[in-house]
Amino acid sequence: MRILISHDTVYRYANPPASVVQILRLTPRNHDGQYVGSWRIDISADCRLDAHEDSFGNLTHTFSVDGPVEELVIHVEGDVDTEDTNGVVRGAIERFPPGLFLRETQLTTPSPAIRDFAAALKAAGYGETLSLLHGLLACLYEEMTFDADPTHAATTAAEAFAIRRGVCQDFAHIFIAAARSLGVPARYVSGYFFRSDGVNDQNAGHAWAEAYVADLGWVAFDPANGISATDAHLRVAAGLDYLGAAPVRGTRYGGGAENLAVRVRLQQARQQAQN
Amino acid sequence: MAVAFDEMTGQDGKLRPAYRELSAWLGEIRPDVLDYRRREAEFLFRRIGITFAVYGEADSQERLIPFDVIPRILSAPEWALLSRGLEQRVTAINAYIRDIYGKRECLRAGIVPEDLVFQNPVFRPEMNGQKVPHDIYVAIAGIDIVRVDDQTFYVLEDNARTPSGVSYMLENREIMLRLFPELFSRHRIAPVDNYPDELLATLQSIAPNTAAAEPTVVLLTPGVFNSAYYEHSFLADKLGIELVEGRDLFVRGEEVFMRTTQGPKRVDVIYRRLDDDFLDPLAFRPDSVLGVPGLMSAYQAGNVTLANAVGTGVADDKAVYSYMPEIVKFFLGEEPILRNVPTFRCREDEHLGYVLDNIDKLVVKEVHGSGGYGMLIGPAADKAMLAAFRAKLKSAPANFIAQPTLALSTCPTCVDSGIAPRHVDLRPFVLTGRDKVRIVPGGLTRVAMKAGSLVVNSSQGGGTKDTWVLDG
Repeated sequence: MRILISHDTVYRYANPPASVVQILRLTPRNHDGQYVGSWRIDISADCRLDAHEDSFGNLTHTFSVDGPVEELVIHVEGDVDTEDTNGVVRGAIERFPPGLFLRETQLTTPSPAIRDFAAALKAAGYGETLSLLHGLLACLYEEMTFDADPTHAATTAAEAFAIRRGVCQDFAHIFIAAARSLGVPARYVSGYFFRSDGVNDQNAGHAWAEAYVADLGWVAFDPANGISATDAHLRVAAGLDYLGAAPVRGTRYGGGAENLAVRVRLQQARQQAQN
Repeated sequence: MAVAFDEMTGQDGKLRPAYRELSAWLGEIRPDVLDYRRREAEFLFRRIGITFAVYGEADSQERLIPFDVIPRILSAPEWALLSRGLEQRVTAINAYIRDIYGKRECLRAGIVPEDLVFQNPVFRPEMNGQKVPHDIYVAIAGIDIVRVDDQTFYVLEDNARTPSGVSYMLENREIMLRLFPELFSRHRIAPVDNYPDELLATLQSIAPNTAAAEPTVVLLTPGVFNSAYYEHSFLADKLGIELVEGRDLFVRGEEVFMRTTQGPKRVDVIYRRLDDDFLDPLAFRPDSVLGVPGLMSAYQAGNVTLANAVGTGVADDKAVYSYMPEIVKFFLGEEPILRNVPTFRCREDEHLGYVLDNIDKLVVKEVHGSGGYGMLIGPAADKAMLAAFRAKLKSAPANFIAQPTLALSTCPTCVDSGIAPRHVDLRPFVLTGRDKVRIVPGGLTRVAMKAGSLVVNSSQGGGTKDTWVLDG
């Protein structure tokens, strides 16, 4: 599938800050089943974008803007070819052995409730790691309700699981916490999801999880949709949790409240030729 | 427990040569004069304002660390041995950290278990594959040494993050010089007052290559509420560098600048006394207001040196400690000059079994704890405490190590009843620059003020002494 992406992150400030510093993880890389055609990032303010690769292999851009900044728009545009790999992620840049992804982070520390939830699955006899993970995916999708109201960017897996509600980030964090508590390395992925229901305009990017299965490698699970990743998933950055893969992390000096609006538009490119 | 080795009288009560003059002097000085000087010392410390906040105490107020006026003395040959051992140990630590964040050869060779590194909270994935200026990760180390007999010094703990206490080494000496000039005139004591110069030279030597010929060095403090704030301001003053908080610095175009009255000034080396977690809200804890947003990107671009580097905790974690002798051998191809305290790794079944059976004879430590917290001293614990620790050990064995209860050496100390032996340790400070390793002869001697107590940590009521290294 050829996906066209247009993604705007718009900050509006009540009182313009004196300056803004940000780090972006907004650039996808190639791996098996994902080929980036074109990709560009535009910042509405005058600044220098410094490109780097972080320690997990994600492409980052850092910049600082001297204000007063009234509005800041980060515009991302590109096209990517994807293929369905049954969720298996091969050929991605790997900087660490899978064991690293058993680390707990503040956002993914399993609460006793998450541990029990995961242990119950194991006890239910799902067997091999892969089917255990599929069980986790299905049960989590069943157990949780998608709800953007009660959670926010700093909500932990434990908090979201306690109320059984959250957004894709929360679903991913709970999945990761549960998988790690079972001794399965797991990580957070941020990216985009092309919806087959014709809803092209979204107000957020997407997030899911990858878990490591011996003999198979990294396998992507999308607990918010209850499915394995497909060619509708466009993988941008991976990390131990949201903070390690967040599309934008930033700080501003001075100024008042900020208003953040995200507009993501995904379209499937018309195929030139069809079989 | 065996009778402890005494720094002054050894194991057999025979006066050791390094203490000959001190012993004579102690015999001569009138108790009321000694007592008067003790009170004078306390008054001076109070006036300087050298205080320490103790966490976990109900009133948690700042207080004075007790100072003992009787110095602890090391002979020249003893120091020569220690000094060689310290340089070797810190050199190995630097090589190890570089390897952990680089080629990981010691993991492949099985020297250190992989999970101990990758699942350790103090391992910083953000440092993986990052170069640091001149490959120096630990520019300032504080190595805690204990002694058990005439010949044997053990390393008790490596401090490779932000070791504190050096201000006490300097202040203790200054106060002793002031109060006991006659005692100094009877000895040839190696000076320590060049420490600030040595530290500055070390920090300047590891400036990034993009720095000006005369690099700008600053000391970054978490602020006045930090328990070691006194030391931060003291050192900045002695080094003649700016004492800054996160809000005084900012990052532009991957360079770090300091706000000054003359406009922004580029900063090349940051002697940071702020923990990794708080350094940069864009890379670590997003809620930290103590750090500098974007600092890590300037660091990764090679435009600023952080001393110590980020992620050095992988070398001083108590779980890694037990592997240090192998680490020294692996990276330097040498036998360790300074030995480790024999250590049981509770993560290994065999060791765990032994520890559970002998817990009343052992010291059990939490691998991520510090300052004497989360520690059990078996022989001093009651049944309930032993049972509680056994349960903790069983539920998370990998979180603990255990060591035999050491008969730490004692040193004569002024106490209420006169002069009595009290257990001591020693924290020398090892400075690693691009050009060389510098170790000021001496360090901080900590003393357990309670009779029989082995806990010397200032947070647990320990005191300090001036440490003398005899010249020739």
